[in-house]
Amino acid sequence: MARKVKFLQGNEALVEGALLAGMTFYSGYPITPSTEIAELSAEKLPKIGGKFIQMEDEIAGIAAAIGASLTGAKAMTATSGPGFSLKQENIGYAALTEVPLVIVNVQRGGPSTGLPTAPGQGDLMQAMWGTHGDHPVICLTPDSVRETFDLTIRAFNLSEKFRTPVILLTDEITGHMREKIEIPDASEIEVLNRLKPQVGEKYIPYKVMEGDLVPKMADFGSGFRYHVTGLMHDETGFPSNSTQNAGILMDRLMAKVEDHKDEIIDFEEIQVEDAEYLILSYGGTARTAKAVVKKLRAEGIKVGLFRPITVWPFPEKRVHELSKQVKEILVAELNYGQMKLEVERVSKGNCPIRFCGKANGEVLTPEELIQKFKEVL
Amino acid sequence: MNHPLVETAFRMEKLPHIWCPGCGHGIIMASIARAIEKCGLDKDKVCIVSGIGCSSRAPGYMDFNTLHTTHGRALAFATGVKLANPELEVIVIAGDGDLSAIGGNHLIHAARRNIGLTTICFNNNIYGMTGGQYSPTTPNGEKGTTAPYGNIDKPFDIAQLAIGAGATYAAKTTVFHVQQMDKLIENAIRHKGFSLVEAISICPTYYGRKNKKGSVIDMMNWLKDNFVDLKVAEKLPEDKKAGKFLMGEFYNVSAPEYTDEYNKIIESLKK
Repeated sequence: MARKVKFLQGNEALVEGALLAGMTFYSGYPITPSTEIAELSAEKLPKIGGKFIQMEDEIAGIAAAIGASLTGAKAMTATSGPGFSLKQENIGYAALTEVPLVIVNVQRGGPSTGLPTAPGQGDLMQAMWGTHGDHPVICLTPDSVRETFDLTIRAFNLSEKFRTPVILLTDEITGHMREKIEIPDASEIEVLNRLKPQVGEKYIPYKVMEGDLVPKMADFGSGFRYHVTGLMHDETGFPSNSTQNAGILMDRLMAKVEDHKDEIIDFEEIQVEDAEYLILSYGGTARTAKAVVKKLRAEGIKVGLFRPITVWPFPEKRVHELSKQVKEILVAELNYGQMKLEVERVSKGNCPIRFCGKANGEVLTPEELIQKFKEVL
Repeated sequence: MNHPLVETAFRMEKLPHIWCPGCGHGIIMASIARAIEKCGLDKDKVCIVSGIGCSSRAPGYMDFNTLHTTHGRALAFATGVKLANPELEVIVIAGDGDLSAIGGNHLIHAARRNIGLTTICFNNNIYGMTGGQYSPTTPNGEKGTTAPYGNIDKPFDIAQLAIGAGATYAAKTTVFHVQQMDKLIENAIRHKGFSLVEAISICPTYYGRKNKKGSVIDMMNWLKDNFVDLKVAEKLPEDKKAGKFLMGEFYNVSAPEYTDEYNKIIESLKK
């Protein structure tokens, strides 16, 4: 066992996680506040025989990663707001062609060039709805350095298992914050790899076995010559204008995530068992919320925290249950209420939903959140 | 009976292709297949990547590892394929709009890196798939559905653009000059580093009709009469060269190839 104790930024821990998950390819474009991810990948990948390339733009950054993944590499690209906007085109491509890939968005203050060095959480809805057309989305959000490490591994595993791009939505708070982290030995980490066809097997690239949803994926160059297209295709992988085929494909793509929600969705709960009030927060902002729950509990107020770790698909069932238990839910996030909309949708009017947030590049302080919490007490 | 190459290089069940009668693209696709055969490449190790447009449908018919990507991005995807697995012979097929408009940034940077990709540009001077809009190679004064009064843009010379950006092999040919095309594509595939062959195609349906270029035969004859090999041109008097377009191998130099250079870094770190 070779555990290592380190003092790392979230962005650095992310690269450590990616390497232990099996990343062998990184392509991207420099952008604050994600750049450390590219810099560390550039340093570390060639040492293990992997590849790093700085592409000419963000679009090329994700495109090259998809190309690499098709040869069997585990590939990642990282960016921040403006770059995430540019990557949307090929996120849809990877979803439709079912190419495993991890896309990191270290959120900063937006819109546009916005506040490059300050935190924000304004890309939550973009992570779900950014690319055109319906498509499956898995999006994970850490609130600490250690969890950034863990979720990076999980992002690779989910992308390999479900053959779909996975978005790791961090933020400038967790990305640049330093914490002590114990990095486990490789033997302690579960690593999942895509299923590949066996040599000699008759390979129909997008055909799934009865009751299964994820087709096997051959590496380009391994002897299975097949076609990959961003057009609607049938199970052979070739373009098809058949609306029936398109329906079958779309249903299967959406079901990959929809039918595995229980496995994909993860969240943290703090003192919710007897909670009369709930604070719901995620990512870097959840750290503020954790401090607030502690303080309010010390005052005798029965408040708990619900923190989605998987933000897409949204932990709908559990939030709905909690909305029946508590008197109100206060959603805290660094935007103008993107997750609040989701909480309102799933709580179906069971309790009032209030909101505390801003998008001026500052973190939310415990004082601000406490003040908001007490407004209606 | 089919030509043997049809059965070895193509996906028979996917033919016939979608291109219009008289389109030049099939000629270029067949030339690529002949060049691959001539180079003796292992089919399993050939990857053909395309973007979006008429020409980009070619890989679907060809029996290799084929990747039909997003508009303009073929070279960016291909860069990932090649860097991740340099053993693969990666050929990129792109139209003039795909390669030099929406994909222009990827073109100049792939050329600059001198990464071992072979790019074949199917240049028909128009956006065919969307119905005949002017492209970055539509000649000045010519018409497209979005240039109803004549195009006021100046056209790109794609082969020269690639050279300017750092390509180590660049050539131009036409769908009339098929034997030359076969040789140039073969040379481009054999070349180490970034190579580009600009293959001038014809689009009788949109470009030809919109600009009153006559029949398919008239358009082919125009290529025959107006393109001159640069070696032939050297010996021609000035008055015979006036108004003609040059074709042939413009540039062929050797320089370090990108994936080789990257592998050297990997090797140096093992010490």
